[in-house]
Amino acid sequence: MASDMKDDGTPAETWCDIVVRVLKANEVRLAAYVPDNVIAPLIRLLHADPYFTVLHPAREEEAVGIVAGAYMAGLRGIVLMQTSGFATLPNALASLAVPYQIPVLMMISERGTLGEFQLGQAVVCRTMRPVLETLGIEHFAITRLDEVEFVVDRMIRQAYSTQAPAAMILSPLLTKRHPA
Amino acid sequence: MADTGLPARGREAAKVMNRSDLTRRLVARLKANEAVIGGVGNSNFDLWASGQRPENFYMLGSMGLAVPIALGVALAQARRRVFALEGDGSLLMQLGALGTVAAAGQKNLAIVVWDNGMYQITGAQRTLTSETVDLVAIAKGAGLAQSDWAADEAHFEALVERALTEDGPRFIAVRTDDQKPAGTTERDPAKIRLRFMQGLGVVG
Repeated sequence: MASDMKDDGTPAETWCDIVVRVLKANEVRLAAYVPDNVIAPLIRLLHADPYFTVLHPAREEEAVGIVAGAYMAGLRGIVLMQTSGFATLPNALASLAVPYQIPVLMMISERGTLGEFQLGQAVVCRTMRPVLETLGIEHFAITRLDEVEFVVDRMIRQAYSTQAPAAMILSPLLTKRHPA
Repeated sequence: MADTGLPARGREAAKVMNRSDLTRRLVARLKANEAVIGGVGNSNFDLWASGQRPENFYMLGSMGLAVPIALGVALAQARRRVFALEGDGSLLMQLGALGTVAAAGQKNLAIVVWDNGMYQITGAQRTLTSETVDLVAIAKGAGLAQSDWAADEAHFEALVERALTEDGPRFIAVRTDDQKPAGTTERDPAKIRLRFMQGLGVVG
């Protein structure tokens, strides 16, 4: 739509801008991340915005623990990571987020597919969906810029409504076709 | 160390004490609805056995995450003091968390580590603290300046009192014996979570 474009034809809002806006609309104030090139611009936006408390723990498991604790004490949070980081999480999800019914939000940038150059990344990527499915965790890959707002907003709402963790996967179809 | 009124002491100089006894001593000092996160295994079993306060959270897995969970609670409720009770084996799994706490400068957070030098619950296999690792040295290296070995029971209580009245983060390491915990936590995760959230005033 013309109204969604800048004069140079680029979108008025990047996927990162939209994610930040939707997090705020849902009162998600805490972000804990282990960095990744794809989510780097989102991390910059979060750090620059005083609305958010942003932590950068050493491991993704730590981030899940922090967000789980914060939720139980009344503060909503999200974990940001890449696919290989998600692969370190099955035990924390299986023994904390899932059985205690804690809505840990996760945003995962998907590496290992659609142009990956590291075999290890490609292999670990194939573990992500089977793990999510085995744990019964709601997940959805966002592939289009015009899906970002709806998917992120609805997944966050569902996570809190159903007391369940949720994984929002950032597909290269989104992040490489529409770089932030 | 000037901080505690006692000289700096290493792990070897600390008295070997009893986890159940010290857990009860710590809980007895909690007068302001402080939150306590009990790490997986004997740390939370003894917390359970010390009386089931609604502000207690009992971990039934996710070894090593007591400190991150406590940090999350402390971030969310800055006016409430929060304690993480963790075993040496658990803490060794997630040493980076000490740096995360230090970087956050979380004033209302205290970490207590029960160091018996063993994976007691799986058959008393040795942990690295029985070899070369000094957890107070690691905590200080991670940036937690207020880190001490509890020299004896009175010193432990004095350190807890400091955690309750002064700005943290604070790290208290305790050498403990091989006695079994005084009870076993009821294993119902959803109930544990709900009671904890009620205890923290998040849900009615």
